[in-house]
Amino acid sequence: MKSKFKADKNGYYGQFGGAFIPELLYPNVKELEDNYLKIIESESFQKEYKRLLKDYVGRPTPLYLAPRLSEKYGTQIYLKREDLNHTGAHKVNNTIGQILIAKQLGKKRIIAETGAGQHGVATATVCALMNLECVVFMGEIDIKRQAPNVARMKMLGAKVVPATSGSKTLKDATNEAIRDWIGNPEDTYYLIGSVVGPHPYPDMVARLQAIISEEMKWQLKEHTGKETPDTVIACVGGGSNAAGAFYHFLDDESVELIAVEAAGLGVHSGESAATSQLGDVGVLHGSKTILMQDEYGQVIEPYSISAGLDYPGIGPLHAYLNESNRAKFMNATDQEALDAAYELTKLEGIIPALESAHALAVLEKIDFKKDQVVVVNLSGRGDKDLETYIKHLGK
Amino acid sequence: MNSLKEIFKTKNKNLCSVFFTAGFPGLNDTQKIIEDLGSNGVDFIEVGLPYSDPLADGPTIQHSSEVALNNGINLDVIFEQLKSIKDSNKTPLVLMGYLNQVLKYGEEKFCEQCVACGIDTVILPDLPMIEYETHYKQLFTKYGISNVFLITPQTSEERIRKIDGLTDAFIYVVASASITGAKGEISAEQIAYFERIKAMNLKSTLIVGFGISNKTTFNKVCEYVNGAILGSAFIKHLDAKGVDTIDAFVKGVLD
Repeated sequence: MKSKFKADKNGYYGQFGGAFIPELLYPNVKELEDNYLKIIESESFQKEYKRLLKDYVGRPTPLYLAPRLSEKYGTQIYLKREDLNHTGAHKVNNTIGQILIAKQLGKKRIIAETGAGQHGVATATVCALMNLECVVFMGEIDIKRQAPNVARMKMLGAKVVPATSGSKTLKDATNEAIRDWIGNPEDTYYLIGSVVGPHPYPDMVARLQAIISEEMKWQLKEHTGKETPDTVIACVGGGSNAAGAFYHFLDDESVELIAVEAAGLGVHSGESAATSQLGDVGVLHGSKTILMQDEYGQVIEPYSISAGLDYPGIGPLHAYLNESNRAKFMNATDQEALDAAYELTKLEGIIPALESAHALAVLEKIDFKKDQVVVVNLSGRGDKDLETYIKHLGK
Repeated sequence: MNSLKEIFKTKNKNLCSVFFTAGFPGLNDTQKIIEDLGSNGVDFIEVGLPYSDPLADGPTIQHSSEVALNNGINLDVIFEQLKSIKDSNKTPLVLMGYLNQVLKYGEEKFCEQCVACGIDTVILPDLPMIEYETHYKQLFTKYGISNVFLITPQTSEERIRKIDGLTDAFIYVVASASITGAKGEISAEQIAYFERIKAMNLKSTLIVGFGISNKTTFNKVCEYVNGAILGSAFIKHLDAKGVDTIDAFVKGVLD
């Protein structure tokens, strides 16, 4: 069946997507475009990918009916426990898949961008596993903010290169990774961490994260007798965990999809990352999407307490889900996310990542029915955010 | 202002182009830089439109863009500056920026402004050929604007020929697979690459950019192609010496 929410052959979701890349990158991207589907759909890839997800990553991740949270909100809330993956988040689903693709393409050197460091750690991990050279670009400011993840990457054998241009955060790390790829077109593979970048990355990363909703279907069937939930809620920075959690439900319009962006200090406070509310059409990191920009197209640096959500754009799939109203875009402020993180910890004994706490934070903004089946994608665990949580303890 | 295509009709060797970032080092240096480059023998000038996320630029040009943006430069200011010298300046100007700037400004309005400034050539490195053909070619043609495409050592012959058919300006030959300003000399591999391109007998003028930093590298590449662009080297000169010794920079390359 043809899906209107899957990328077309040129990587477009409606008007969004494409591959807006300098000619210097054309051969690199073309090589990937010509091969990614062949590789992903091959039996040998699927076998190895699934084996590593099971034995190395620890999948399937549980789908947990959270009783006290459900009671509080008067509905049936399930948590998809991506926080229980090796390395602590959903990011590794993608890096396992892409590292197998990189190996298949004969690449010797892996580069990646990272914001909070979760994707950097997940990349450094699979590079250690596959014995490949790993270089991670990270904004100079993020390196200071996320010291434990920098240490993990180094211990895993990765070289962490500070991005010192622009605002010295995720978008600049992405620029630096792209520049490195331009300078090393033959032996290097750029392992992008989200559903962003030029085609085929958004489609490829969505397919590799689709394991999340693939598992949800049979797990829901076990729990409820029905494969589909009523509502799926996920946070969106670039949007990879949301893409994975929505993927198998995109064409079933009976499933409500809710994407939650980071509103920082408030959507209109000037310190926010709620791209769908503040952005408009533009080109960022090789794809046409919605992005935060000024009247001259200069990219505006977003803000969120969560380093994984402060990206000035969203993946082209999400730009299309927003425009077509297939997904409902909501947002949560720093404080709402912190409160939600404390609430989950207290009610269920699970410390969520700050990113995932944004998804939890909209629960109180929605009127649920008692028998409504709601899945919240708990994309990562909160170990990395302890310092922030402790700072706000008791406030 | 003279048309770039007219220049190419009368001169096809040792064409010297210099890139600078509008609004750098000072907000209002644009006019003086153009005047001094032109009066010292530069054949055409690339005006860089500072962008927050310049993917294809190295640290030197990135830095100049940051300074220029902090100086308060924007597309409206740049077009005003260029309009003010439209009659006095004879040296053809080429605008070099990123696609998002054009998108946000309004594609049609951008073209109108180019025409009002006497500009008929633009370089948008992140506008790929397929997007150009499907979304921009018609619009640019309507306004008489030519788009310049880049090629690299990795670009296939088939693709180079396609580009040659699509452009009526010049082909921007990227000296090596790298971002601007990253090298410092011309290698045997690069010479083999220039010879390969030259042997294709393309209709377009060939201008080499990226890594051309002085008289030696300029003269060397001009043995193989029609001309070369100096970018980062000139930005470094402006950064170190300001706008008063532009003549010395150009003479250092051309004399």
